[in-house]
Amino acid sequence: MLNIKVVGTGCPNCQKLESLCREVTNEQNIEANVEKVTEIKDFADLGIFKTPGLVVNDEVLIQGKIPTKSTLEHWLKDKIN
Amino acid sequence: MNWKEQYKSFLWILVFFLFAYFMPIEDGSFSAAIIAAFDLAKWYAQEHVLLCLIPAFFIAGVIAVFVSQNSVIKYLGGKAKKWTAYSAAAVSGTILAVCSCTVLPLFSGIHKRGAGLGPAIAFLYSGPAINILAIILTARILGFELGIARVIGAVSFSIVIGIIMSFIYRKEEKERTAAHLALPDQVESRPLWQTAYHFFVLVAILVFANWGKPDSTDGFWYLMYAYKWLIVGLFGILFSISLIFILKLNKLYVGLGTAVVFITALIWGNQPLIPFSASVVILTLILTFSKGEPNEWLGETWGFTRQIMPLLGAGVLTAGFLLGSANNGNGIIPNEWISNLVGGNSLFSNFFASIVGAFMYFATLTEIPILQGLINNGMGKGPALALLLAGPALSLPNMLVIRSVIGTQKTAVFVSLVIIMSTIVGIIYGAI
Repeated sequence: MLNIKVVGTGCPNCQKLESLCREVTNEQNIEANVEKVTEIKDFADLGIFKTPGLVVNDEVLIQGKIPTKSTLEHWLKDKIN
Repeated sequence: MNWKEQYKSFLWILVFFLFAYFMPIEDGSFSAAIIAAFDLAKWYAQEHVLLCLIPAFFIAGVIAVFVSQNSVIKYLGGKAKKWTAYSAAAVSGTILAVCSCTVLPLFSGIHKRGAGLGPAIAFLYSGPAINILAIILTARILGFELGIARVIGAVSFSIVIGIIMSFIYRKEEKERTAAHLALPDQVESRPLWQTAYHFFVLVAILVFANWGKPDSTDGFWYLMYAYKWLIVGLFGILFSISLIFILKLNKLYVGLGTAVVFITALIWGNQPLIPFSASVVILTLILTFSKGEPNEWLGETWGFTRQIMPLLGAGVLTAGFLLGSANNGNGIIPNEWISNLVGGNSLFSNFFASIVGAFMYFATLTEIPILQGLINNGMGKGPALALLLAGPALSLPNMLVIRSVIGTQKTAVFVSLVIIMSTIVGIIYGAI
């Protein structure tokens, strides 16, 4: 079970990243809990300084950028194993 | 039917209906203001969109994709030396804060995990003022002098305000444990000089395409003006070379595209906008069908365009309606009000401009058309700078966010410092 946090205030890029995460977990049958963090004061504690940020099981995978779909697939599959 | 979900749409329709019903269209000053709004929109569309805004969006895209931002954030970490942290914070807005929504998370990060309150405040103050789009547009529309004054004012005063803030709260700062700024290492995919080359060729195209006509008809500046399209063309060739060898785009496509632009330039030699527009379209097409970084470049460029153009359009129409346009008539607000409140260079004008700027929300870059309208109506150059310095850095909504990060008291101190500093800088600039 993956704990995915999409970190962002609600700008278009953050929403895009969230839907991308849901898309990938659905398509690849990855069991995951996709959560959105929108409180700015919580960002720093997660290690995010640039939005959108992606935190999976407490590890920052990317920030300030949206990964391509295939990259995200690889990352999430690696995290499962 | 769930009526709770419907009321918003109903309210919009109601508001529009009431507006249409009571619209004082017969009233001379109202219809003049409407005309002025569209007149200003036309002027922007003709003078600023093709040659200035579009290249500026591409440049902002280059910064977002090709410049490694982590290397800058590194200097804002808890282990950075104080003066490095302050100078990095004051200038890094140029590459970090192209979008205003990235400023606040970074501010929170620098404050909590990085170099602390002072540099965080410095970044917060200067970031929105010195992002690349703001610099280009301020200098182009409000004049080179005010553009430079905005950059220098924002950078220097951000450091001063940051240092004052960290001095006031020095005790609390000591207790704060500076945690490590953990950033994933990014592998630099190309040497710095290549990125720099690509960037400066684009900047050169922007600068020369917008080269203004000087007053005299001889001398160096006029010579540059007379040959500006030739110079833009030469940089265009350098740009094609960059596309092939640095971005590694398909040689055939770039070659064909360059040839097409060259042919349009031969046919419509006296209408440089045609080859210029052709090159923008061709570049966009080539990038659309590319992969990897070049494609991301277009993605970021489009992202900025989509985000900023509607806001700017609405801002220009509003500014034209309220304040009138340069060559055609008055807006709905009488000129005397503006020259009374912010005309000249008195303490009151500067103070008033700072206060209004601090509390009012300016959507990205809309401060520029609004300020232009104010200047046409008699705003002094001192208050104009005061508004530019206090405006984009602060607004009522973002004060609330800042408060949630650093608390009410510090926010109040920061806001007062910004207002005082902007007033002082305004007075000094107005007097020069």
